[in-house]
Amino acid sequence: MITDGLLFEGKDWTFETLQEIHDAVEGVARKELGLNTFPNQIEIITAEQMLDAYSSTGMPLLYRHWSFGKRFVQYEGVYRLGLQSLAYEIVINADPCISYVMEENSAVMQALVIAHAAFGHNHFFKNNYQFRQWTDAAGILDYLAYAKKYIAACEERYGEAEVERLLDAAHALMPQGIDRYPRRRPPSLVEEERRARERMEESERSFNDLWRTVPRPAKSGEKAIDHQRALLRLPQENLIYFFEKSAPKLQPWQREILRIVRLLAQYFYPQQQTKVMNEGCATYCHYRIMNTLHETGRIGPGSFLEFLQSHTNAIRQPTAHDPAYAGINPYALGFDMMCDIARIVTNPTDEDRIWFPEIAGTGDEMAVLRDIWENYRDDSFIAQFLSPHLIRKWRMFHIVDEENAPKLRVGAIHNERGYRDLRRSLAAEYEVGRGAADIQVVEVDLAGSRRLVLHHRVIAGKILEVADAALVLRNIAALWGYDVVLEEVDAVTNEVLKAHMASPET
Amino acid sequence: MRIVDRRLNPSGKSFSNRQRFLRRVKDTVERAVREASRERAIEDLENAQEVVVPVDGAREPLFRHTDGDRRDFILPGNREYVEGDLIDRPEGAGGGGGKKPGFGEGQDDAFKFVLSREEFLNIFLDDLELPDFAKRGIVDTQKLGVRRAGYSMSGAPANLSLGRTMRMSLARRIAMRRPQQNAIENLEREHAAAGEDSAHRLEEALVFALNRRRNIPFLDPVDLRYRRFERFPKPVAQAVMFCLMDVSGSMTEHMKDLAKRFFLLLHVFLTRRYQRVELVFIRHTDEAQEVDEETFFRSAETGGTVVSSALVEMARIVGERFDPANWNIYGAQASDGDNMLSDNARTRHLLEDAILPFCQYFAYLEVAHPNAIEAASLAHFGGSTLWNAYAPLPQTQRNFQMRRVARRDHIYPVFRDLFQRRPESAVEGSR
Repeated sequence: MITDGLLFEGKDWTFETLQEIHDAVEGVARKELGLNTFPNQIEIITAEQMLDAYSSTGMPLLYRHWSFGKRFVQYEGVYRLGLQSLAYEIVINADPCISYVMEENSAVMQALVIAHAAFGHNHFFKNNYQFRQWTDAAGILDYLAYAKKYIAACEERYGEAEVERLLDAAHALMPQGIDRYPRRRPPSLVEEERRARERMEESERSFNDLWRTVPRPAKSGEKAIDHQRALLRLPQENLIYFFEKSAPKLQPWQREILRIVRLLAQYFYPQQQTKVMNEGCATYCHYRIMNTLHETGRIGPGSFLEFLQSHTNAIRQPTAHDPAYAGINPYALGFDMMCDIARIVTNPTDEDRIWFPEIAGTGDEMAVLRDIWENYRDDSFIAQFLSPHLIRKWRMFHIVDEENAPKLRVGAIHNERGYRDLRRSLAAEYEVGRGAADIQVVEVDLAGSRRLVLHHRVIAGKILEVADAALVLRNIAALWGYDVVLEEVDAVTNEVLKAHMASPET
Repeated sequence: MRIVDRRLNPSGKSFSNRQRFLRRVKDTVERAVREASRERAIEDLENAQEVVVPVDGAREPLFRHTDGDRRDFILPGNREYVEGDLIDRPEGAGGGGGKKPGFGEGQDDAFKFVLSREEFLNIFLDDLELPDFAKRGIVDTQKLGVRRAGYSMSGAPANLSLGRTMRMSLARRIAMRRPQQNAIENLEREHAAAGEDSAHRLEEALVFALNRRRNIPFLDPVDLRYRRFERFPKPVAQAVMFCLMDVSGSMTEHMKDLAKRFFLLLHVFLTRRYQRVELVFIRHTDEAQEVDEETFFRSAETGGTVVSSALVEMARIVGERFDPANWNIYGAQASDGDNMLSDNARTRHLLEDAILPFCQYFAYLEVAHPNAIEAASLAHFGGSTLWNAYAPLPQTQRNFQMRRVARRDHIYPVFRDLFQRRPESAVEGSR
């Protein structure tokens, strides 16, 4: 830091103030927290532009579709009525990392936003394994620009209605258009040669002429089907990918649009899996940074109080009895867990030493946190690091709602017997597979009617909503071009619970 | 770090998405707009309108789970429960046991949004069109206008552009190095003060400068610039709308309200087709009078009914103020149909011979009691006196239409019927 003294006074800010705030925040973030971030780009926008960004899922440029207009209209209505204020910032996982900040924010809010988004989220985007595996921060903006242009060109060439129908179908499948595991890359030539050599060596090594005399069963027919399944890569859980590659009737431009939607869904996939951690990381970072700035005299007491007020608002967690309760606030849970981990690392109790022997008392909380931010996602993070201390602090309890039981049952509370159950069950709520239905393409009758068979693996009797499923299935039939059957199969017993069918409209 | 100020970026980025959304929910929005136009006060019609769209029109289906056999909730803020307690199911979602809101919040109920005035009117007046013969009036190219079109080297002295000419002259003088007045004065002063040795050289320079100044004129004919004008066909972008109404005692408030609604619709419609629309209100009993809008709709008069008086007044006003070559003239007449029997023939002749020839369009609206019979053609079982008088006109005169309206919510359909886009609607019907 070159200069000391207050970064700003009062609410007003200028571009120079922003630059100074950024530099001060950066100093703390690098030295004290050891954050490793993409370069920052801060963009000042108006309320209307914020609404725009909201409605196109936060992305600065997205192709045109009516559903974004619908969202805009919804948000605008809510905003107009004053039911909800707009977010202070939106941050985009790109390289450079783009943070949108509202022009109305006061100077201290800009500091908070810069600390929160431009350093907290930014660090998380750059380092978390999910983001590293699934997103290409450097290329995303170019890709979005390309996508927008491509889809606009398609609209011009093939008609808006045609493109809209396709996008509707693709959007309906977005939760099922995600690769959950990296797809196997086709082996390179070198790899292929190496494997062939090894195979030959192995067969030479284990050569036994007796095998020749063993009678073989004739199963050529099954082999053909197996071969077919291998070609179509069945079973396939990424439905959009399947249609993009294998739907017989689609035009090349339609496949390209499916691919655009699929890549977008994939881009957002890590964010869905790391909501608690991401917000927890950003909130913890801004809290530490703002405190340090205050302690070193860069932020005055009045501004600091203003910060504390927004901070406490953000991490407010109403209890389940409160009429305002609307689920667990990811900011609150994330922030509390980060603080709790820092406490365990620096100042553990005996209980913590038993529960967290690897980290308790190691002393450097930032090293531990950075490692966690890098290597976990929500469910594994909670399963690993929700401490009994925090469970008691939140007074968590577990309610079981069984369909045929007359009453709700309290399954566990915040006591010795309940900790593990609570931790496991809370982690389960954040499991990836929990929200999106697990639907796979299992079979295609290529020899005959080209009928497509999908399976939905039903867990704990959670079958699909009939009306919505019928609509989505109609979309699938339109993409596939032939009949489609969706069977709901119990994951445990493999029993078919229900079947839906759809045919393409002619 | 980079700071980018995006505030000046063009706004309305989601405009086209909004358009797409509106198109998607078009049917619903149209229905809502029709309802709105029926319910609302006339003054509101042009203001922004709130429209409720049921979610069906804009549904985005996804595969969703049902609740299944068993649901688990991990909740914060335990007060008194211990493990194994049984709790009554809470009634409704806000109960004490903490029932979580399910999926798809905001998906379930219809949502409201506000249409801009432009969007509202677009939908409201969608597929309405001026009749073909009236449309020609807008683009008729008989009249030529004059507009500025740059500068020319030649022209009338009255059109000389002094500023431009002087600019050209200055540029030429600088380019050709014409010595300036003060340069010469300097030389002269130096020459007077100079000694023997430099006097000769300075004198030469002075003579040279003076010659140059004489040879290069201050203003040359090539500098002259004239303002140029050109003629262009001028569309008649203005219209005048005559509102004629019978205000005799037989016209009830209800009837006036019907008439007012019709006039208003016509005005809104014309405003969107012409740059400028003038309104002329003529009320009549047995004599006609031009009044302002307030008086037109509010005041009641007593007296007999002589319709022709209004037509005479209209013809007079047109003659005085609205030259048919410059104005598109529209007439709308509302009446309960009463007229002095002796006046009928005169009225019809006036309309046919004096009014219709210069009108783009003339609509006669007969307003009736709410419980009166309403039929497009009353001719079969005898209409009012005025109706019968006008009845033969629509067959012979293309720009005359008549309708009968009794109920408030029929105004709009009747209006649409009058201005329906004919050829296209036939195409649409066959689709």
